Order: sequence, then C-alpha cells, then structure tokens
Amino acid sequence: MIKLEELAGQCGEWLRGSGPDSDIVVSSRIRLARNLADFTFMRKCTGLDRASIERTLRERLGRIEQWDSVSFIDVNGLDEVDRQFLVERQLISRELADADGSRGVLVDANEQFSVMVNEEDHLRIQVMNSGLDLMGAWQRINQIDDLIERHVTYAFHERLGYLTACPTNVGTGMRVSVMLHMPALVLTRHLERVFRSLQRISLAVRGLYGEGSQAMGDFYQISNQITLGKSEEELIAQVSEVAQTLIEYERKARNFLVENGLKELHDRVSRAYGLLCTAQTISSEETMALLSSVRMGVNLGLIRDVEIPTVNKLFIHTQPAHLQKIRGTSLSTADRNIERAHYLQRHLGRRTHDESTENN
Amino acid sequence: MKCDHCDKQATFHITERVGEQEHWEERHLCESCARDYLSKPSEADIQSSLASALAQHLKIGQTADELAKLDKKTCPMCGISFFEFRSHGRLGCPHDYVCFEPQLMPLIENIHGEKTHTGKRPRRYAKGLDQQTQLIRLRKEMQRAVQKEDYERASQLRDEIRELEDEA
Ligand SMILES: [Zn+2]
Ligand SMILES: [Zn+2]
Repeated sequence: MIKLEELAGQCGEWLRGSGPDSDIVVSSRIRLARNLADFTFMRKCTGLDRASIERTLRERLGRIEQWDSVSFIDVNGLDEVDRQFLVERQLISRELADADGSRGVLVDANEQFSVMVNEEDHLRIQVMNSGLDLMGAWQRINQIDDLIERHVTYAFHERLGYLTACPTNVGTGMRVSVMLHMPALVLTRHLERVFRSLQRISLAVRGLYGEGSQAMGDFYQISNQITLGKSEEELIAQVSEVAQTLIEYERKARNFLVENGLKELHDRVSRAYGLLCTAQTISSEETMALLSSVRMGVNLGLIRDVEIPTVNKLFIHTQPAHLQKIRGTSLSTADRNIERAHYLQRHLGRRTHDESTENN
Repeated sequence: MKCDHCDKQATFHITERVGEQEHWEERHLCESCARDYLSKPSEADIQSSLASALAQHLKIGQTADELAKLDKKTCPMCGISFFEFRSHGRLGCPHDYVCFEPQLMPLIENIHGEKTHTGKRPRRYAKGLDQQTQLIRLRKEMQRAVQKEDYERASQLRDEIRELEDEA
C-alpha cells in the first residue's frame, strides 16, 4: 500500500523533465474511458452498485501479475487535503475528488499510470509521460488496457465502439493531451493569434493549474475534442502535429526575446529567481508566475544554478495540499505562504542555503 | 477591459476552442472569476457544448409536443428518461445507445462529425447489446437476491453471469 506521505517526498516519472522537446512540453497524457458491460453507468448506480463495481475491479485487477507495484487508494476514505494532494499530483481528477460514495484509484509506484474507479465512467485509465511522447504513452496505455480487458468485459458496441456515460467520449473513449509551457508566447502576446491559426483541427485549448492566473505558470493544455470515427493513432497524430506547431512558435518567440531584448529577459528571469530564493512569504499564484520565468531562464541558459526537474517539481510541491503533506500538518493560507517560501529557499540556489546555515 | 462575469478589471484573457464548430471564444476575466473558471474541469466545457448541440438539434427536429413526448421516453434497463439525459448530459446505461438511438445518432454525428468507430476493439466483448443488457439484468437480480439473503439464488445468478462473460 502506498503511503501518501511517501509519495509527497518523491516525484512522479513524468516530472523528470526528459523526453523530446521537454524544454517546452512538460508532459504527454492519454486517458481511456471504459465501462463494465454488466453494470449501469455511474448516473444510475446505487451506492450498492458503486461498492460492487469497486470490489469487482479491485479483485479482478488485483490478479494482474505484472502489477505487483500497483496499489489501490480508497479515495472515499481520504480527508480533503489528501484528496486535493492526489489532484495536485494529477493522479485523480477534480471530479473524482469531489464525488461521493465508493471510488478510488490504482496507482503504480512510479506514477506512470493510474486507473480511476467510479469517476464519470467505471474506469478511467491514464498514462503520463515526460516530454512530447504520445506514441510511447499510447503503447503503454494500450498494453494496460489489454491487461485489464483479460479480466473484465467492457461495454462495447459493434458500430459505436467503447460505450461511455457521455456521448462526447464514445468510440475510442480516448483523450490525448499535451501540456506545454509557453511563457515566451505569452510574454510577446502572440498566444491568442497562434491559437487562432490552429483552427482547422477540433482541439480544446486551456490554461492549466487550478490555483491561479497566467500564474497557471503559462502552461497550456491541448487535447482532442472528438473521439469517434478516427483511430487512436490518427487522433494522436493530430494532437502531435498541433503540439509541434506550438513548439515551433514558442521557440521562435524565445529567439525573438533573446535577439531583441536579452538584457530585459535576463533581468526578468534573474529577478524572478532572486525573489523565489529570498521571499519570506509567497502566494501560490506568485510562485507559479515566477517559476515560469525561471523555467524559461533555465531552458535558455540564463540561469545555471538549478535544473529543470527541480523546477518542474516545485510547481507541484508548492501547491497547498503538497505543502501540508510535506509539513505533516494542516496550515492556514498565511502559514502556507510562509512554508512555501521556506520550501523554495531550501530547494533553490546555494547562496541562500549558505545564508540560512549561517543564521542557524 | 471589464471582466465578463463581474464589474472588476479583467486581467486574464483566455482563448479557447468551443464545440465542434470552427469557433473560438475569448474570455476576459478578473482574477477571482478566472480562478473559478479555470478550476472548472475541462470536461465541463465539453459538457456545455454537448448541451448546446443537443438543444440546437432538438429545436430543429421536434415540435413542442413531440419534444414533451420524447422527454418521457425511458430506458427499460436503467430507467433514465430522455429528459434526465438531456438535462444532465449523462446516459444511464449502455442500452441507452439503443433505445434513444434515433435522437442520439444525429447528436453524436454533430459532435464527432462521424458515426462509426474505426479504432481499437476489445478482443472479447458481449455479442450484441442484448447480451450486455442481459448481464446488467442478471447483476441486478443477483443484488436483490443478496439483499433478501437468498444466497442460493445469488450464486446461481453469479454462475450465469460468469458463463455469459466467458462466452463473450
Ligand atoms: Zn470577475
Ligand atoms: Zn438505460
């Protein structure tokens, strides 16, 4: 059984900041919606049905030999901070956290995949890879789906494919998402124009991270909108193509900033870094915005004291539930802001570290 | 610029694709509205586009009388009414794809621009929806048997379910 406290200390594989184009693409994610043939969909499930689905899946998926490092987390039994913690880590959705009744998530030890139980569909399988690696994610999730399928019977329709609670997911039941970090496009105010130029494909684009602004840290997620009538590979190719285009635009914008205002850019990222290293109390929003600048600074070679995996980790670990799990106690907003500042100081820059040992 | 949702100054500008149409929506929001908006799960947006597609489709195809009649139609398996589906956007069971087919197919085509699955297929699946419906029915009966503490009947039903699943 995974202890959430142990999870808090470690870092998901998808944050390691490697993989193709990982200076811009944080992660590639695929999720599959699946339902069991012998139960009604969630909307028409009684509490008893929900419990029965959970029990059936735990028992059957527990038989998968290749899954010895997979544990089940009973989300219904968790308190709010723990549920929020799993959301921040992107292991479960907001919906699953906020729902009622029997529900949970199967998680592998490296956090490379998770299987939500009793979300909008009976099963929501998810794989996350670092960088732009959708084909890798597809191969993995396809295997996982095959393994699960040996132990359960899916609701499937000859002509309509995998049947889902919402007709928007019917067919492949697949949502392919790429999370991109595009600070230069935001800074040069080109983002909207770029999105607009991508109109020919049916894609959803949205900002990321609940707690804030562009303080979403300039992260944007693109994903396919349709799920029927195209093969999984075709859907992946579409999203990949758009991701490639966005990467190209972001690179151009970064080059533009370097060529036309290196001093200003260097100043901006250095100030951001300095603030993060020295602040005594700091909000989540400000942290996100500053980390975004630092992340770009590291990728452009303007900041050399810190590495991308550390920055990626800080985006997640400075969120409210993580701070509280790491600290091991619940904290008010004001206390969290102090804790966040301390956490940042501990993880960034030697200079501050030396100062803090002097103080001790 | 003012926030779309309240009178405060808009500081966040979000552009996103909405629905299946070639349509982009810009949102201009203040910080607190932006936070509300962004913490809304992305599926919720898809959901609202579903609701509008559905409303649009029904408006064109049905008179008020027909719609009222349609709303009362229910699935014999899970008991969901068409009205419940169209107000919440979630179906009640796999059989709904059959019993609401005349209404669902145009909607599905509207959302996806296609009507036939061409992707992955499970190696085994219940042959025809009849068999799936049968599975749900047996499962329900089994639950009732357990509640009545009729364990003999329950285990009988469980065997029947297993058999059906193995056939798949
Ligand atoms: Zn507002
Ligand atoms: Zn039904």
